Order: sequence, then C-alpha cells, then structure tokens
Amino acid sequence: MQATRFDFRRLAAIYIGGVLGALARVGLAQATPHGPGGWPWGTLVVNMVGALLLGYFFARLRDHPEDSLAHPFLTTGICGTLTTFSTVQLELFEMVDGGNIGRALAYLGVTLIAGFLCVRAGIALERRPEVAR
Amino acid sequence: MSAAGWVAVGLLGGAAAAARFLIDSAFAARTDHPFPLGVLAINLAGTLVLGLVAGAALEGEALVIVAGGGIGSFTTFSTWMLDSHRLADAGHTRLVWINLGLSIVVGFAAIVAGHWLGGAL
Repeated sequence: MQATRFDFRRLAAIYIGGVLGALARVGLAQATPHGPGGWPWGTLVVNMVGALLLGYFFARLRDHPEDSLAHPFLTTGICGTLTTFSTVQLELFEMVDGGNIGRALAYLGVTLIAGFLCVRAGIALERRPEVAR
Repeated sequence: MSAAGWVAVGLLGGAAAAARFLIDSAFAARTDHPFPLGVLAINLAGTLVLGLVAGAALEGEALVIVAGGGIGSFTTFSTWMLDSHRLADAGHTRLVWINLGLSIVVGFAAIVAGHWLGGAL
C-alpha cells in the first residue's frame, strides 16, 4: 500500500516535470523557426541545456542520496522531456533528404560531442563547491 | 498556436514523461545488466512513430502537438548521454559504442522506414 502511494507521487512529479519540459522545448522551437533541413538551433539548445542540468542533478543525488520527489521531477521529468532524441533524427533526415549531407554530419557531430561534454560539465559543476571547501 | 494547442502540448508532454518512466522501470526491473536497453527501446520506437507522423504529412498545430508535445517528450537525449557517460565511467567502453552506434544507425533507419510507411498510408 505504502509502495503504491509512493509510486503514484513519483509518477505525478514526473508528469508535472514533463509538462514544463515539453512547454519549454516546443516554445523555443516555435520561437526559432527554421525551414526543413535548416540548422535546428532550438533543438540543439534544449538538448545541451538538458544534458548539462541532468549531469548536475545526477551528481547532486549521488553526493546527497536522500529520497525526495524533487529528483524524479528534475531528472526524468524536466531534463528527460526538455531534451529529445526523435526530433534530432527527423532533422537529420530532412537535411539528408534535402541533399545537405555535410550539414547532417556536422549537426550529428556537434550534438554528440557537445552533449557528452555538457553532461560532464554538469557533473563537474556540482562537485566544484566540495573541492573548494 | 492556440491556447488549446499549448494545453495539449503540456498534457501530452507530462503523459509521455510518465510513460517513459514506467517503460524504463519495467526494463530495469527485469535485468541487472548495465546496458540502458529501456531508453534505447524508447528512443527507437519514438523515432519510428515520428517518421510515420512526418511521412503521413500531418501539418500545422496537429503536428506540433503530436510530434513536439507527445513523441519529442517521450524520447530523450539527456538520459541517453548520461547513460553513455556512466557506462564509460564504469569501464564498459564497448557498451558505450554499442549504445551510441545502435541509437544513431538504427534510429536513422527507423526515421527513414517510418517516413516511407507514413507516406504509403
């Protein structure tokens, strides 16, 4: 009974985080329109910000492992939903479909390398105050 | 976009996040293996459906709601990157390349296949 109740609250926290993440991503995409095959700044920005934040929250939970609803809300809810994988693949497809294979490779490379670095930067950011102490 | 459209994006985004969590938890409960199979399955399935929707030439507000609010929210980039980092940190270098390679190659195949199927509908 207790477990069911806890799971429901966790699911609700993730739902609310998902609402906010989706609104932020779609809002930015609407504010920065690009033609099919154009450089997708909106997706790139949300994916990098989400990767940075997820690295930070992941490291924070590891150092302070208290069980709180804030964690699933921030990680699976906000970061997971703010970022997107399927849209990247559709954008790559549109670039290749339009004959811009070089742009597609550049977009894929930038997304992967910068995304990986953002996760690491987020983790490093969380550790910084501990080191300074 | 209309106010109702934004409400739909938010509601679908929340539902997609909850679905992602439940599916990933179901995968994680069935194995101790470190490979993030749940997120891979979620990302590939979502990509196939997004290809279908784009190929079926859904347009305007309906496309933003379904593709941006629903499918875009269901799939995730940040978790994919964090999982790859964690595999690398734990010394599972081969699994990192499998996780990146499968997502990129099979994901692109999924968007192409979905687009083709959607266009044929």
